[in-house]
Amino acid sequence: MNETLLTKKTVAAQNLTSSVTGLGGPLTEGLQEYSGTWDTAQVVHLLKRTLFGAKPQDIQYFKTRTLQQAVDELLLPSAAPSTAPLNNYSINGYVDPSAVPLWQTWVNTGISIADKELNQKRIESFKTWWLGRAIQPSRSIHEKLVVFWHNHFAINTNNSGDRLKARFWYDHYLTLRQHALGNFKSMAKAITLDPAMLYFLNGETNVKGSPNENYARELQELYTVGKGPNSKYTEDDVKAAALVLTGHTVSPTTFTYFFDAGKHDASNKEFSSFYSNKIITGYSGANGATEVDELMDMIFSQEELSKHICRKIYRFFIYYKIDSSIEQTVITPLAQIFRNNNYNIQPVLATLFKSKHFYDLIYSSACIIKSPLDFVIDLCNEYGVVLPAATDNEATYAVWECIQNEASEMQQELGAIPEVAGWYAYYQEPAYHELWVNTATYTRRNIFTDRMIADGIMNNNQNIVIDPIAFADQLANPGDPNLLITQSLEILLRYPLSESAKEFIKRSILLSGQLQDYYWTNAWDAYKANPTDTGTKAIVLNRLKAFYKYIMNLPEYHLC
Amino acid sequence: MQRRSFLKQTIQGALLPSILSGMSVKAFGNSAFLQSLSGADNDHVLVLIQLAGGNDGLNTIIPLEFYSDYNRIRSNIAIPENRVLALNNNLKSGLHPSMTGMQQMYNEEKLCAIQAVGYPSPNGSHFRSMDIWLTGADTEQYLSTGWAGRYLNHQYPNYPVGFPNDAMPDPLALQIGSVLSPVFLSPTGFDALAIDESLNFYNLIDAIQDPTPNTPSGVELTYLRTIARQTNKYAEVIKTAAAKVTQQAAYPADNYLAAQLKAVAKLVAGGLKTKIYMVGMGGFDTHAGQVNGGNPLTGNHSGLLKQVSEAITAFTKDLQFLGVSKRVLGMTFSEFGRRMQSNGSLGTDHGAAQPVFLFGDSVKQGVLGKNPDMPATGQAIDNVPMQYDFRSVYSTILRDWFCLPPQDVDSVLLKNYQYLPVIKSTACNMDLQELNNLGNNLITNYPNPFNASTKITFKTTGGHTLVQIFDTAGKRIATLADQVYAAAGTYTVTFNADVLPGGVYYARLQNGSLQQVRPMLKVRG
Repeated sequence: MNETLLTKKTVAAQNLTSSVTGLGGPLTEGLQEYSGTWDTAQVVHLLKRTLFGAKPQDIQYFKTRTLQQAVDELLLPSAAPSTAPLNNYSINGYVDPSAVPLWQTWVNTGISIADKELNQKRIESFKTWWLGRAIQPSRSIHEKLVVFWHNHFAINTNNSGDRLKARFWYDHYLTLRQHALGNFKSMAKAITLDPAMLYFLNGETNVKGSPNENYARELQELYTVGKGPNSKYTEDDVKAAALVLTGHTVSPTTFTYFFDAGKHDASNKEFSSFYSNKIITGYSGANGATEVDELMDMIFSQEELSKHICRKIYRFFIYYKIDSSIEQTVITPLAQIFRNNNYNIQPVLATLFKSKHFYDLIYSSACIIKSPLDFVIDLCNEYGVVLPAATDNEATYAVWECIQNEASEMQQELGAIPEVAGWYAYYQEPAYHELWVNTATYTRRNIFTDRMIADGIMNNNQNIVIDPIAFADQLANPGDPNLLITQSLEILLRYPLSESAKEFIKRSILLSGQLQDYYWTNAWDAYKANPTDTGTKAIVLNRLKAFYKYIMNLPEYHLC
Repeated sequence: MQRRSFLKQTIQGALLPSILSGMSVKAFGNSAFLQSLSGADNDHVLVLIQLAGGNDGLNTIIPLEFYSDYNRIRSNIAIPENRVLALNNNLKSGLHPSMTGMQQMYNEEKLCAIQAVGYPSPNGSHFRSMDIWLTGADTEQYLSTGWAGRYLNHQYPNYPVGFPNDAMPDPLALQIGSVLSPVFLSPTGFDALAIDESLNFYNLIDAIQDPTPNTPSGVELTYLRTIARQTNKYAEVIKTAAAKVTQQAAYPADNYLAAQLKAVAKLVAGGLKTKIYMVGMGGFDTHAGQVNGGNPLTGNHSGLLKQVSEAITAFTKDLQFLGVSKRVLGMTFSEFGRRMQSNGSLGTDHGAAQPVFLFGDSVKQGVLGKNPDMPATGQAIDNVPMQYDFRSVYSTILRDWFCLPPQDVDSVLLKNYQYLPVIKSTACNMDLQELNNLGNNLITNYPNPFNASTKITFKTTGGHTLVQIFDTAGKRIATLADQVYAAAGTYTVTFNADVLPGGVYYARLQNGSLQQVRPMLKVRG
């Protein structure tokens, strides 16, 4: 990342401070179950927040369910990955030294690879594959939650040294995925003992006599109790937790997790009053490994932990600003639900996505600035951009890589979070999501949408492009310019456009300055009557391209 | 995060221009290097005024010369002869009574009209015909670039790399009051260069920020708009230019075109070096109610022409007031004209050729071209036959206003077109030939009337010479000559009309800047 980015943003954010502080609003609606209108607007809002974009067919699907059914179905786990990351790096004559052929998976060839170049190629393969996971058609929140937890337990494959093998990162993804919709306490322990994390935050070298406090600090500051005003853990707590964790390491021979009792500090660990002066009794030998469970119990007995996680969930799925009203009516009761359910994640999300607060479309909708991943993947999904057949590995990886590159250019890359605290947009006060957008990335986003609606983006001979005619054609009334606009906007835009803006779009673009709606209708009907005619198609295509380009160039398009 | 790619995109972001939507601004760039090479730079500005819907030319410029024929074929909408506005030194035609302002401009030698501008084989679709006018395509040709875009690309091929720069700190073209027009599509296209963003044009001019609600989404939208404006490298220069002009001459109220032209005058006088502005208004599709029954001086068309005339007149006076009138040339155009015959709904249906107006200090007073011949036994489908190709108007502007060498004009317009004697030679300090050769019979046919075929004789001064045959609907029937002649001379070609139905056909000669149309009558053998 870059300092300029933050500086610029801070200035811009300060300019807006007055309006932000003035923001109070009638936020009386809390977590009671929503029972109001359940129609396109609510469905699209729910899908844009929980999936990667609102696909037209998913909107139709969930409209036939009740709100409760829809949320319950979205919170079911998705199918496990059917393929592991493949060798996509031998296409230019490169030979895998461990003899993995092109388009075969490399994850089973042993964890240890000394070849730095090979490891790097596999890490790239893994990240590309992960992007592919996010863009899989799915009616489950699962992969989006994986991104949420990835941001929570942030790692960076670009900044981890050569000891971190590609296979560790793949296993790390699987660990996140396994627990994403499960139990947070189990996840926290699994990540604590995860080889990728043990290497990434130096737990692997945290040994008796010369403890490394890196992970013990982040465990408390970032992953569990946080650093909110009511989180009062001390520096001594960091030191004590580090001692508890000594000896948990990665085997230098098998490259799997193991507990090295000889490196474990067997003394008693004393914690501060924040943890009720808890003493974790030290054990020598294999029993020393059990201290980590006591550590987890101690930390998870802190109410602040549940609030910290619920705030992060709220900032990711609803809005970044949490004032005292939100804290009281949403965060506090949600945290209670989290604790009452022994830190199971699903009940928290179910309550939130069924709540009156979530469906308060004036205060909870169209206020998230799409992350780069959302921006690029949502576009592909919502327009139904045609992706290569899953059987065509070369084409599929080329397209995943292309989408990954686009998001990366916009400053978000899966597997490469710049800070251990996560992407700036999810923690940096006061601007949060606004940090995604600056003059450089805004331009980049516009270039992306412009290219996608023009001729598409090509990578390794594979092109991805929006087909505006196909998108319009699936709408209920594409021949009526008013309905074409309304129905398109229902899918693409959560921020309402004024009637005069819609009228302007109709006149200037769809009618090319004419006054009568039938000019568009006639053009559309002429195309439908003879879809292979170049002339009639060009008339419709040019106007639809201009229309959707216009929509995507609106600042409103960046909101969801 | 990849620092390298971040820097790369920062550079890109810093250099990319942007285009506005809403009241939109379309920006093109410039290159100091190219500018120094081209040697064709001046401070001339072109203002394109698009009249969407298809303006009725015969009720805009009324053919006094053939008034009884005119009155016969469109009796329910004909403008009374004694109400037609007279033009100095021109008895053959006059203006619609609503156009008093433009009449005065004409008489003050600031207005020129070109009769019957069109293209072979006209297309009756608003959409298609407008695309043809904006791109400069043949009727069966689909171009992905606009004629103005090709001109700007020709002048500034490196855009947007290195833009804005000291030589050209301003957008090359601005579109006001609409979304991006295809006229501005350059060969390098949107995908690489142009970015649309939603900056409200009038907000920029008047420094007003659209209100957003005090809700989370309103707060975020305000932030995004701020970034969008910062992204537009031209926003600041536009704002600064607009702020320099604090006083302007009066404009008519409730006149959308006038409001747009007022903004243009402000920006021109504020010092923008922008080369082309585009503005427009709609409503010219007067199938019905073009006039009010029993009173052809009122009705929709009368109101539209009044707006056009008042807006252009006020704009011209304002440019004079601001001291920049010498820099500006204006042009009005529509996607097509309308039929010669009126219909039963007090209106007219989609036609073909139309009159085009040019205005400014540098135009030559006059009505170029003849009044269209009115068929004695008219049919509903009769169109005004084309006398001048619309691309000849473009070619003239490029050559005599933007001062492009003729070979460059051809490369921008993709073909050789004649140029027309409508802009004063002083505009580009070039010597113009005396062109208006309308008295000579440059093209004749014998026999006439004819049965199966007729011989067409034409005179060329040498160079590229074109002889085309059109039917009365404007459809091109044949091209009998399309070549470069080494020397001046008289040539004869045969028009074989064996398989064609009887009726009037037009033989059109185009040679350099000269053109002439000869009506011919085929009768049954």
